[in-house]
Amino acid sequence: MKRGWISIVLPAVLAGAAAGVQRFDLPEFKSDYRLPPTQTPYPRASWMEFVDLAMLLAALSAASWLALKKRSRRWIYVLMVSSLLYFGFYRRGCVCPIGAIQNVAYALFHPAYVIPVVVLAFFVAPLVFALAFGRAFCAAVCPLGAIQDVVAVKPVNVPGWLAHALGLLAYVYLACAVLFAATGATFIICQYDPFVSFFRVSGTLNMLILGACFLVIGLFVARPYCRFLCPYGALLRLVSGASRLRVTITPQECIKCRLCEDSCPFGAILKPTPEQQAVPRAEGKGRLAGLILLLPVLVAMGGWLGWSLGEPFSRMHYTVRLADRVNQEKTGQVQGTTDASAAFYATDRLVEELYQEARDIRAGFARAAVATGAFVGLVIGLKLVQLSMRRRRTEYEADRGTCLACGRCFTYCPIEHRRRKQLHDRSPVRRV
Amino acid sequence: MAEPEKDKSLDKKLTRREMLAAGARGAAVFGLGGIAGVIGRTAKADVTVWQIDPRKCTQCGNCATYCVLQPSAVKCVHAFRMCGYCQICFGFFDPRTHEYNTGAENQLCPTGAIQRSHVEGPYYQYTIGPQIRGDPSKYDESLCIGCGKCVKGCTTFGNGSLFLQVRQDRCVHCNQCSIAPACPAEAFVRVPAGEPYLLKDKLKDKEGQR
Repeated sequence: MKRGWISIVLPAVLAGAAAGVQRFDLPEFKSDYRLPPTQTPYPRASWMEFVDLAMLLAALSAASWLALKKRSRRWIYVLMVSSLLYFGFYRRGCVCPIGAIQNVAYALFHPAYVIPVVVLAFFVAPLVFALAFGRAFCAAVCPLGAIQDVVAVKPVNVPGWLAHALGLLAYVYLACAVLFAATGATFIICQYDPFVSFFRVSGTLNMLILGACFLVIGLFVARPYCRFLCPYGALLRLVSGASRLRVTITPQECIKCRLCEDSCPFGAILKPTPEQQAVPRAEGKGRLAGLILLLPVLVAMGGWLGWSLGEPFSRMHYTVRLADRVNQEKTGQVQGTTDASAAFYATDRLVEELYQEARDIRAGFARAAVATGAFVGLVIGLKLVQLSMRRRRTEYEADRGTCLACGRCFTYCPIEHRRRKQLHDRSPVRRV
Repeated sequence: MAEPEKDKSLDKKLTRREMLAAGARGAAVFGLGGIAGVIGRTAKADVTVWQIDPRKCTQCGNCATYCVLQPSAVKCVHAFRMCGYCQICFGFFDPRTHEYNTGAENQLCPTGAIQRSHVEGPYYQYTIGPQIRGDPSKYDESLCIGCGKCVKGCTTFGNGSLFLQVRQDRCVHCNQCSIAPACPAEAFVRVPAGEPYLLKDKLKDKEGQR
């Protein structure tokens, strides 16, 4: 019996091609045996995504109201922890606006990719809110921000020059993320998301170590990812610079008591400018003019750097790597095959077709990398220009771009205390 | 109680700074609207999930190791319609085995997830995991780790009725699937969440219609 079966099996094996061959027919069962169904457990319902969207909009509205009207750090903290639990630990970090940057970039350059409405809305909504009310998203909605905020126990002051320099990293990261997403190589923000492995309570050792490092640094440098790396934070920084309303430290007029000076762990409080200017006006003007002239030079340098990095960057793309490997195998530079090249040979695609595809991707990378480099150059140049522009300030105020609307500074302000006391006295319940 | 902001509301004239801010705001709205408009026209309400195209899969084994979950969200599924119900199944037996019985040393599956049961005559049924008691149509797949060893055996020597699929109830739906970049055959694709499986027998039906 056994031998008989093998003699049937072997010729069938030899005759059949590699994959997907029906070598043995489905038996006609004489008993009342029924074929079991193939199990296909479904994902959670699609409409649940709209629940997420509703939660996002509700959280954004609440955060804006709490930061601008209610002015309560305690409630902002409560909302932040709730967001951490919902978007972080319950939804396990996906879908998030930070990653949505890449879906949007990919969709812009790949018309065949259909972006889900919810993902698009997750990308747009926090930006719209930032345009109107400042970075309420960072304050109390983003789970990545929240997990860092709860561990920021002993924040130290990062010197201004270092904070400005590190802040530029976020733009570089944003530019690279858009580059790799737009060229279809990979989604680096998601791949190197330091906290998502905590949300999932599972992940590779490297990512867990990276996340732990961020949290340990975060004990002393408040929200290091948000301030120095987050690519969505970079976008929000730009957008909230032009926001309609914004968080103010004091509810009324600043009395310059300096009490709020050290309240911000993110270094987002701008001091009043001294009456006496440190640099004479003419000299300052000259420097500014020089920097503006430097701008095109920096852009050109960035573009050149991008151009020279385009080639190594393009190897991030799967097809380019595969084409290189196949080429090496064909020309005898390497022996044997990899899983990828073997899989390619198993398909009936022509090698020339693969090479052509890889060439197209390389050309796309070259163009995109130049644009990326130029963007980075522009950002560095504009940062220098911004730093040397003098603005007269008469009171303490929150920096529009870097203020995360966390509300820590509110209770440091004596005027705020007066306001609260008045509210308290006016409350009808208390009056009884 | 709160007085309005001091000088800004008193003189209605826009300062240069305010005008610039308004301009920047307008530009941002315009830009955001532009992006949303361009890609929003084709946007779909249905979200996408990751799935393996079984026609491209080469059973390299990366699914078992690269998933963010341990054990992987990828598991083996069986399209019974395509199965030959072979007595000697090379998705089940190690090809180097000498005895065709269900002893663990003869089995290909490293976790012993595949169950073999006699149907009639020379025909045997192979399922991923034992039947869940009380529900004849469900099987407990928890032992399967998605290594694809049985899939390789079945595809090379049999009908290819065993194949790997992302189990959507286990998958956490990462925006970027961490197995996808590690897949040597580019078999990971985004599929609409309403139709989240690419079952080999169904795919064959579709191709047959064409």
